Amino acid sequence: MSDAIKFMLNNEMRAVSGLPPTTTILQYLRLQERLTGTKEGCAEGDCGACTVIVGKLENGKMAYEAINACIVFLPTLDGRHLITVENLGMNAVQKAMVSCHGSQCGFCTPGFVMSLTACMNNHENASDENIQDAISGNLCRCTGYRPILDAARQANKSQERHLKTDMEALEGLQRARMFAYEHGGRQFFSPHTPEDLAEVCAQHPGATLLGGGTDVGLWVTKRHKHLETVIYTGNVAALREVKKTAAGLEIGGAVSYAHAFESLAAYDPSMEVLLRRFASTQIRNLGTVGGNIANGSPIGDGPPPLIALGARLVLRSKSGVREIPLEEFFIAYGKQAREKGEFVEKIIVPAKPENVLFRVYKISKRFDQDISAVCAAFAIELRDGKVASARIAFGGMAGTPKRATHAEKSLTGKPWSEEAVRGAMSEMEKDYQPLTDMRASAGYRMQVAQNLLYRCFVESAQPETETRVYGYGD
Amino acid sequence: MVIKKSMGEALPHDSAEMHVSGGATYTDDIREPAGCLQAYILQSPHAHAKIKKIDISGCRIPGVHAVMTAKDVPGVNDVAPVFGGDPVFAENEVMFAGQSVLAVAAETIEIARAAARKAVVEYEVLPAILDVQTAVREKSFVGEPYVMQIGDAAAGIKKSAHVLEGAFDIGGQEHFYLEGQVALATPLENGEMHCWSSTQHPSEVQHLIAKVLGLADHAVTVDIRRMGGGFGGKESQASLFACAAALLARKTGRPVKLRLDRDDDMIMTGKRHDLHCTYKVGFDGNGLIGGIEMTHMVNCGYSADLSNAVADRAMFHADNAYFLGNAKVTSYRCKTNKVSNTAFRGFGGPQGLLLIEYIVDEIARKLGKEPLDVRKINLYDPKGKLAKRCTTHYYMTVEDSITHEIFAQLEKSGDYAKRVREVRAFNAKSKILKKGIAFTPVKFGISFTLTMLNQAGALVHVYKDGSVQVNHGGTEMGQGLHTKVCQIVADAFGIPLGLVKITATSTGKVPNTSATAASSGVDMNGKAAEAAALTIKERLDKFDAGRNLPWKELVMAAYAERISLSSTGFYKTPKIDWDRPAAKGRPFYYFAYGAAIAEVIIDTLTGESNILRADILHDVGRSINPAVDIGQIEGGFVQGAGWLTSEELWWDDKGVLKTHAPSTYKIPTGRDIPKDFRVALYDGVNQEDTIYNSKAVGEPPLMLGTAVFLAIKDAVLSVNPQGHLDAPATPERILKAVTK
Repeated sequence: MSDAIKFMLNNEMRAVSGLPPTTTILQYLRLQERLTGTKEGCAEGDCGACTVIVGKLENGKMAYEAINACIVFLPTLDGRHLITVENLGMNAVQKAMVSCHGSQCGFCTPGFVMSLTACMNNHENASDENIQDAISGNLCRCTGYRPILDAARQANKSQERHLKTDMEALEGLQRARMFAYEHGGRQFFSPHTPEDLAEVCAQHPGATLLGGGTDVGLWVTKRHKHLETVIYTGNVAALREVKKTAAGLEIGGAVSYAHAFESLAAYDPSMEVLLRRFASTQIRNLGTVGGNIANGSPIGDGPPPLIALGARLVLRSKSGVREIPLEEFFIAYGKQAREKGEFVEKIIVPAKPENVLFRVYKISKRFDQDISAVCAAFAIELRDGKVASARIAFGGMAGTPKRATHAEKSLTGKPWSEEAVRGAMSEMEKDYQPLTDMRASAGYRMQVAQNLLYRCFVESAQPETETRVYGYGD
Repeated sequence: MVIKKSMGEALPHDSAEMHVSGGATYTDDIREPAGCLQAYILQSPHAHAKIKKIDISGCRIPGVHAVMTAKDVPGVNDVAPVFGGDPVFAENEVMFAGQSVLAVAAETIEIARAAARKAVVEYEVLPAILDVQTAVREKSFVGEPYVMQIGDAAAGIKKSAHVLEGAFDIGGQEHFYLEGQVALATPLENGEMHCWSSTQHPSEVQHLIAKVLGLADHAVTVDIRRMGGGFGGKESQASLFACAAALLARKTGRPVKLRLDRDDDMIMTGKRHDLHCTYKVGFDGNGLIGGIEMTHMVNCGYSADLSNAVADRAMFHADNAYFLGNAKVTSYRCKTNKVSNTAFRGFGGPQGLLLIEYIVDEIARKLGKEPLDVRKINLYDPKGKLAKRCTTHYYMTVEDSITHEIFAQLEKSGDYAKRVREVRAFNAKSKILKKGIAFTPVKFGISFTLTMLNQAGALVHVYKDGSVQVNHGGTEMGQGLHTKVCQIVADAFGIPLGLVKITATSTGKVPNTSATAASSGVDMNGKAAEAAALTIKERLDKFDAGRNLPWKELVMAAYAERISLSSTGFYKTPKIDWDRPAAKGRPFYYFAYGAAIAEVIIDTLTGESNILRADILHDVGRSINPAVDIGQIEGGFVQGAGWLTSEELWWDDKGVLKTHAPSTYKIPTGRDIPKDFRVALYDGVNQEDTIYNSKAVGEPPLMLGTAVFLAIKDAVLSVNPQGHLDAPATPERILKAVTK
């Protein structure tokens, strides 16, 4: 027995059935609704031409987020409000885009309009940084961006910046219990409680767990994989909380990067930079901290800093809960310590002790919305000028996110000096045998990994020395 | 009533309001006719292989309406623009990984894709040529090697006090138009065909559809309202997809849409040519070039496509803004087992230009001189006091050089000398981060170098209500061509811009058009549209006979008097004359000029770089629309900077492209543009009789991005004077170059 997917589209009610559960929002808009203002540029959430806004009720208020319609499955819209470019009615962003000559070929334009509309809605006075963050997932090949940035600044002066939703109607769509959708024998479950989630995971041990869909979505849109059963964690309220406890920070398994941003950024300014460079606003609105771990990618930017900080992973299933150090989750490339029926309940990140030097760095060809060639995280415990302990973790250097145990050992007990650091840099060659691929060669990866430890040292020992080209002069 | 002139005004793009509201219709947005099928092309997995057998029996799953291979093509299985060799479907041999082997039309794209993958194709893998050096060694070419020379280069080098030799690699570039390749073909009565194609060259698509179907051109109509970007990538390479759609439409009797997803698009379509270059240059103690030899090994990919013309243009721009005197430029058009490289904004010019800028920079380094000083003494100088230095290595006289004026203005407005000192001072103090600065000119020749192509047509209708519809041979891909042509026609009639509308470009309205390419769109189609408008205007003026009737009244009255309110217009570019066998003549009507200063910062620990500031002064003649022109300049600069920094194409050792989506191929984003971005139009007019005395603007500004590369090189050399930096300057290449 399947219910229809019930949501609002541009303030009108929709109840949709008869489509496969992995139909993307973009496919639905373009093919079913014939709303063709939303474009497909890449079908992988990397160009932003498909950007739409999704509004949801959170604590009795509307929260609006820009997302990539190309990789999000339609059933995740259940109970939400989907807003497309056709519905804006020439708002301040659109007017400014016209008067600032912000469109040339126009194909990316609706996506920029949606990203900036969400930005204006969410910031009473958007800073240049807010604006850049808002469009970091939108590519334009024509304008060189300057007129788009000008348009955003102009729109930012306007009072007409708030999106509208018929909240009463949306309220009526909220479900008390799990939403189950079925088409052609393929099922989609959206439980509301961890218990229901554990139950449905136990019933469907082969199901695909869907967090934000920024990876799973691509299995479908890029690899054309056929998913039989999908279990969506995005409506499990208890998994969508960020809590500060005595143990540190507890991040629920379905918390998005956007939601976790502030709490994680508080660990160090370099963490804020990493998070800002972590994909794009649209992707951070979708992608979850838990999913970024659970998919086991060797190049996810979440695990290296979390491992360096000594984070622990709480896995839950119907048969119980267990807690492991995060690094133990990653066994080998493509192999993780997740049992069938298990899901990430939360990640516990210890509070950063006072005497720990913590830095995280991302190296990629482009600043925004790129996948790391190398992601480095250092947590160096310093006592009386000596390294009391060191936790160093890298992404992009092995088949999994991995600690540099030789380098750590080499540093430990030594004075925090250039000599010791140089020694640890050579030890790193025992820790990793990186690969050559389209992002970087093995040689570059190793050299940069070593140099990033040096950067970490310079930033602590010679704070007057400038070390970052991005944001230089800001 | 005085009607405000449209030309010269910074008016918005004619589709701007539709762009921002999602109402602008692109080819994939057109409501599909009932029964429309979706098509998918199966690609070769191998860079080079013999096709031993194709078994399509497994493809006939429910929902499939047609499967096509080479043997099913009723006409000629070739969609090459000029020289032949681009089959719609590979026949006996695949020549690159990604080549089209067969196509399926089915009720949904999912079915078509699944069906195509059920085909069993047996290959015998053959050795592949994947680099230009091997191609040159094995004499694997798509065209004959070609030389342009003047004076005696070898003797000039020999006589010089200093000599430098070297090699330099220049990477290719993916167009990354946001809208991928797409076509929608609809069969008509009597075997005729209509096709919406996202193409810069509807006439060629029309001709090639006719060719593959075995029809005359008049049986095919191709329409294009707008593209979501082209940049040259839809000049010749939209054809294969339009033709495949038309073939399947013919076979099924149904409309067929073929839209590539991003991966297929990037794998199957050609890119900017990558080059391996070598050079030998002789110069005096001031850096004045006495003789120079340059060799371009151009990676054309598996077929000729437009590569011979592209490689020619690289040679034409081997001098950029410099008088070379004794020069020899040799070009090898290398045939490799890679995708067939094609037109891309600048059409080879950027590569030729980058090489000479690199060499001039090396000369300055060798002599320990400020590169700008070396640049200045080598510039073309048609007004030289002692001797005119104005003959190019292809014997064209540079009459219109304004580089000296642009240099003087930009040097001042960009505060260049002071900033060079500041950069040096910063580098002396900064341990890890280093800055670099560079000042580079652009001189770009305007006209198709195949003289025949320099013609354009237009069709203007005035309707009884006074509204005007314009059609011309040019296509809109975002560059503002239609906006400018509307301005031209409005002013020709002396009417408000709002009365003028441009509709889709159609081969049924204006025939035998040239591609919208070579920056020529406004120059040619603007003149043709003006000519059409003026023909009607003359009739109306004669009829008005000094009465000064208001426009709408005049039009209605003229109609009542049975005066024709429609006209074609035609234009051909004057003065040009190119003798290719002799490598002599005047291939260009005029040159467009510009210059840029870029200041960058690099991280010597990681190789990361960032553009701190760019100052640009660019020549568009008298601007028809300053907003459109500034947009072209800024967009071109950023695209050029992307080409030379973050945009890296990467193939594996089997010749398979691994950077085929935005997740792996990185074009600039908003944060990559110069933090401080100062762009100005040079105040001047085109001395040639172009429309409004304006100049073409599409391609030239891309080459302003050269300054970014050379600024990075400047920063690199401040750390490691022996460092060698190839393009693009990725973090990896920068780190390698600074590492001693």
